Amino acid sequence: MSIQPAVQFFDQSRARFRNRLFHALLAAGGLVVLAGLYAVYLMEHHGHIITGMNNQIVWGIPHVFAIFLIVAASGVLNVASIGSVFGKAAYKARAPLAGLLSIAMLAGGLTVLMLDLGRPDRIIVAATNYNITSVFAWNVLLYSGMFALVFVYLWTMMERRMNPLSQAAGFAVFAWRFILTTGTGLIFAFLVARQAYASAVLPPLFIVISFAWGMAVFLIAQAIIYAWNGKALAPEIMQRMKNLLGVFVMGTLYLVAAYHLTNLYFAHQSGFERFILVEGGIYPQLFWWGYVLLGNILPLLLIYLPGQGKTKSVIAASLLVIFGGFALLYVFIIGGQAYPLNIFPGYQVSSSFGDGQVAAYHPSLYEFLLGFGGLGIAFLIAAVSARALDFMPHDQPHSAD
Amino acid sequence: MSDIDSARRGFLKTTLGAAAIAIAPGLLLFEAAHGKSGPASSKVRWGMLIDTSRCKTGCNDCVAACNKENGLSGGTGATDSQWIRKIEIKDIGSGRELSLPMMCQHCEHPPCVEVCPTTASFKRADGIVLVDKHRCIGCRYCMMACPYKARSFVHEPLHDQNPDVPRGKGTVESCTFCVHRVDQGMQPACAEACPNQAILFGDLNDANSEIARKVRSVASVQLRADLRLNPGIRYQGL
Repeated sequence: MSIQPAVQFFDQSRARFRNRLFHALLAAGGLVVLAGLYAVYLMEHHGHIITGMNNQIVWGIPHVFAIFLIVAASGVLNVASIGSVFGKAAYKARAPLAGLLSIAMLAGGLTVLMLDLGRPDRIIVAATNYNITSVFAWNVLLYSGMFALVFVYLWTMMERRMNPLSQAAGFAVFAWRFILTTGTGLIFAFLVARQAYASAVLPPLFIVISFAWGMAVFLIAQAIIYAWNGKALAPEIMQRMKNLLGVFVMGTLYLVAAYHLTNLYFAHQSGFERFILVEGGIYPQLFWWGYVLLGNILPLLLIYLPGQGKTKSVIAASLLVIFGGFALLYVFIIGGQAYPLNIFPGYQVSSSFGDGQVAAYHPSLYEFLLGFGGLGIAFLIAAVSARALDFMPHDQPHSAD
Repeated sequence: MSDIDSARRGFLKTTLGAAAIAIAPGLLLFEAAHGKSGPASSKVRWGMLIDTSRCKTGCNDCVAACNKENGLSGGTGATDSQWIRKIEIKDIGSGRELSLPMMCQHCEHPPCVEVCPTTASFKRADGIVLVDKHRCIGCRYCMMACPYKARSFVHEPLHDQNPDVPRGKGTVESCTFCVHRVDQGMQPACAEACPNQAILFGDLNDANSEIARKVRSVASVQLRADLRLNPGIRYQGL
């Protein structure tokens, strides 16, 4: 008689605490978004002079955040595809959460990209004046199409009457995100003028890194949602997913190596490779320590070493993969622009406009605020949706696969 | 015809005549002010031949003239616009040194136009590559795509602009070949200001023009010719 009220009291106080914690987290996320918007206001008012970007480094920290979010938004859908396209029940149960994370990150990334424009107030011009030859313009369609398709996909999964269509929607999303990530890679691959970018390896590289980054984000979100609901993830599912993360991480390492090795093979690219891998100051440091060691080797050890591979080490590995992703994008986007254009092959060059010089870039606080604002938007969308609707994976007791 | 009809006809004639006299000078002045002499013709291909043997190290007259003509500050900081710059180059093998002006190369196949999502970057029929400041959203993709680093982004609010050369904070800009002068039959400011006549401007398509005759008779090269963009600017003595 005395135990029952005590349990009820405990449950109620626990629910109240979780409710308060949820609102506190939302408020924190909201503050981060507001700080980002304040940075945008200042950038609008004063111009990009308050950022670290300049006429040599034209894309900076906001692009690192935006491209990470967009690429991961595509890759996280891999979980859904393995369920819908390849029929794996353990992954199918996770497809709604994957779809939600995809929409959240796409929204965050696109917001950052849009608000970094010199004239974000003219964004509608991108719809009214469409240049068919521009990869950017293709991406406007690819990104909006992705939003629409993932919404439809979520609808077919979460509305019982629409369930029969979910496999078809899953196929459409599967195809669309491959094209989308190819499009993101092509933004750089078509830049023939710059030694860092003109490479056919970039679209497949972007696809594989999207798998790894999306998987890492998914594993973290999944751990949070399980912990929040007081449930434990079945060890065999964790085992499968962390192994998949490991395979994706090795895949990215392979393609990044292929990208640099093919560049080294072309004699006229060796100067750039020496810069980015050896002599370029912060760029080789970030590449080797940030991306290769912390972003790849350490996660692989955490996943595969005997005695590792439990929830905590998988979460640590996922966080490191995400950190490595940011490091790689910093090296790729900013290091790629810092290396001088080769307008006069065989000549030493100097000018008042930085010709022949490695360009300097010192990111400002406002750029970081904008980037974190994008992460905040993704967090808010994911948190509110996961609270309002049922995105918790529901595993069948005995999965056949 | 009745008296009333002829009176009405007379009234209409007088009114129309007075209106024409009142409006015509305004229209003429409007046309004159805008210097519109018809649309750009695809029969023309504006270009430059730059004689590097005449261009002197340390001389910045072309840069100063460009800044003055187009209302640029003349600053050379990392965020300042530079539509034209002097580049000093030294042959690594022979040690031969040269000085030359560098600006938008007004390519026949401009990568900036190809990548611009909003068609703000465009090429006129006469080969001049421009940015429509009302369409540019400031994404800077054109700056990433240009092999000549010819474009600048306006990082700060602007004041006291030249009415003939509209510019705007948050948009991208580059050498216009002084299109507002060319449309009035004048030379670009840099070509006119060069004390050594190192910059020859003209119609590459007109076989009898001085530039076309010279391009036929002397050796000249296009920068990054391997990219097959067919720039409108050629360099002699490089």
